[in-house]
Amino acid sequence: MTITAERVLPAPVAPRPFGLVRHSLALARRSLIKTLRSPEQLLDVTLQPVVFVVVFVYLLGGAVSGSTHDYLQLLLPAIMVQTTVFGGMATGVNLNTDIRKGVFDRFRSLPIGRSAPLIGSVLGDLIRYVVAVVSLFAFGYVLGFRVETDLLSALAACLLVILFAFSLSWAFVLVGMLAREPGAVQGIAFLALFPLTFGTSMIAPAATMPDWLRSWVAVNPVSHVMDASRGLLLGGPVAGPVLWSLFWSAVFVLVFGPLAVRAYRRRT
Amino acid sequence: MEHAFEAEGLVKRYGKTTALAGIDLAARPGTVLGVLGPNGAGKTTAVRILATLLRPDGGRATVGGLDVVRHAARVRRMIGLTGQYASVDEDLTGTQNLVLIGQLLNLRTAEAKVRAAELLAEFDLTEAAGRPAKTYSGGMRRRLDLAASLVGRPDVIYLDEPTTGLDPAKRDDIWNQVRSLVADGATVLLTTQYLEEADALADEISVIDHGRVIAHGTPASLKAVVGGQTILVRPADPARLADAAGVLAAVSGHQPESPSRGVVTVPVDGDAAFTEVVKRLDLLGIGVTELSLRLPSLDEVFFSLTGQHTERAEEVAA
Ligand SMILES: Nc1ncnc2c1ncn2[C@@H]1O[C@H](COP(=O)(O)OP(=O)(O)OP(=O)(O)O)[C@@H](O)[C@H]1O
Ligand SMILES: [Mg+2]
Repeated sequence: MTITAERVLPAPVAPRPFGLVRHSLALARRSLIKTLRSPEQLLDVTLQPVVFVVVFVYLLGGAVSGSTHDYLQLLLPAIMVQTTVFGGMATGVNLNTDIRKGVFDRFRSLPIGRSAPLIGSVLGDLIRYVVAVVSLFAFGYVLGFRVETDLLSALAACLLVILFAFSLSWAFVLVGMLAREPGAVQGIAFLALFPLTFGTSMIAPAATMPDWLRSWVAVNPVSHVMDASRGLLLGGPVAGPVLWSLFWSAVFVLVFGPLAVRAYRRRT
Repeated sequence: MEHAFEAEGLVKRYGKTTALAGIDLAARPGTVLGVLGPNGAGKTTAVRILATLLRPDGGRATVGGLDVVRHAARVRRMIGLTGQYASVDEDLTGTQNLVLIGQLLNLRTAEAKVRAAELLAEFDLTEAAGRPAKTYSGGMRRRLDLAASLVGRPDVIYLDEPTTGLDPAKRDDIWNQVRSLVADGATVLLTTQYLEEADALADEISVIDHGRVIAHGTPASLKAVVGGQTILVRPADPARLADAAGVLAAVSGHQPESPSRGVVTVPVDGDAAFTEVVKRLDLLGIGVTELSLRLPSLDEVFFSLTGQHTERAEEVAA
C-alpha cells in the first residue's frame, strides 16, 4: 500500500517581519476583548480607588493637611500610582488561571515566540491603567481636585504612572508563572504591595515617620513615582523623581520580563 | 521521508507514575494512525510529546524528520492539535478565535478573516460565528476546536479523542471531516476509546495500555485477532433467553456469553450469520427488543489481546 498524496494546498505560513510584535498585539487584543466582555473585572481600578479617596480625604484630610481640599490635592496624584500599581496584580492572577486552560496549550503548539502570550496579556491590561487614571481624575474633579500645572505636564504624569505600573506588572507575571494557584498569586502580591504603596508619603508626610520608615520611603521606587506625579500635577521639582521613575521602570522590565518568560517556558 | 511522524521508545514519568513506558508510534504521509486505549493508557501524554508541549524522559520523536525537542519551533509549523479538553477561548466568538489563530500564523488580518469564514462554513458554525464560544454546545465547541487546528493547513494533525461525548450524527460529521483532511494529503493521529472509530478511520491501529503498545496492525488484521463482529440478542420475553442462546450457538458454532442480564452475545465471522440468526429467531417466534451486529468493544479487544479486562471494566464490575 503506497499512499503518498501530495499536499494540494500551499502552506500559508510565509515569513513576515516583526513576528513577535504582531503576535503580541494580536494576543493583546484577545485580552482586551476578554476584559471588555466582563467589565466587573475593572472594579479594582474604578470603585476601589474611589473608596480609598473618600476614606482618606474625609478621615485624615483635616488632621494631616488642615483642610480636605488641600489633602485631596496631595492625595490624588499618589492614589493614582497606588491604584495602577495594584491594578497590575490582576495580570498575574489572570495569567495564572489562563495558562492551565487548553487555550494556552494551543498557543504553545503554534510557531510563535514563547514570550508573545505574556507580552500580549501585559499590553492588553494597559486598558486597566487607563481606566484607573481616567476614573480617578473624573471623581477627583467632582470632589474639587484641580491640576495646578498645565495640560502637557498632567499628560506626562499619566503616562509616567502607566509606564511604571506596566513595568512593575512584569513582577506579577513572574509570580503568576511560579505560583501554583491564583489565590497564591494574590497573597504574594499583596504582601509585596503593602510596603511598596503604603511605605511612602502617600497618606502622610514622611517627616512625621520614624527613622527606619523614612529611610525605606527614601529608597522605595514607588515613592519616586508618587513624587514625580505630584510634581507634574501640582508643580515643584520633577527632574529627579521622573528620572528615578524611568530608571526603576527599566529595571523592572529588564529583570522581571526575562525571568517571567523563563518561568513560563519551564512550566509545562 | 518514510513517516510523517514517528515516536521511538518514548518514556514519560510523572513522579512514580509511568505514563509512557517506551512507546513506538508512526504513520506514513497521508494516512491515519488510530491510537486505541482505555483511560490512563498514555494517549494524551503521547500526543502532547508529539505536539511539542511535553518533553519525553526517554526515547525520541520526529515530525517530518525533525526532532520535536531540538526543532520544536519548526515542528510547530507543521502540526495542528485538537486537544482532549477544549482549547478555544470561551470569551471570544467563533470568528475571533479563528482570526486570532490566523494572525498568530502570520496571515494578514484580511486573509485571516477569509480563512475563518471558510472554516466556520465548513464546520456548520456560520450562524454561531458571532457568539462567544461559552454559549456553544459541546458538539459546536469540538467543531470550533477542530477548525482552530486547521487554520494553518497543517501537514500533521493530532486529534485527541475528538468524538468523545458527541451524539452519533455529530460524530459522523467529524469522521467525514477527518476523511476529507486525509483526502487532501494530511496525516492524522487519532486517539480513541472505540474500536469502531479506529476501524472506520484508521489505516493502521496501535493498541496501547499502561504506556506500552500491546498490538499494532491494520484494522483487518486486528479484527482477525480479536474476532470480527459480535451478534447481540435481547429477547422480548426473558424466559426465551435460552432459546435465543441456542440459535446463536447453532449459527456461529461458538458458546454464547451473557454479558448482562437478559442479553446473549456471540462472536461471528461474517454478516451472513446475522441474516441466518434473524431467520431462525423468526421461525421460532422469538420476539426481540434488541438485535445488533457490532464490532467488539474496547474491553472485548483487551480481553482477546491480554486475557484481561480493562481496569475500568473491572471497576464497573466490582
Ligand atoms: N500532569 C500529570 N501529573 C501526574 N500524572 C499524570 C499527569 N498527566 C498524566 N498523568 C498520568 O499518566 C497516565 C497517562 O495519562 P494520559 O492522560 O496520557 O492517559 P490517556 O490515555 O490520555 O487517558 P484518557 O483516556 O483518560 O484521556 C495516567 O496514569 C495519568 O494519571
Ligand atoms: Mg487523554
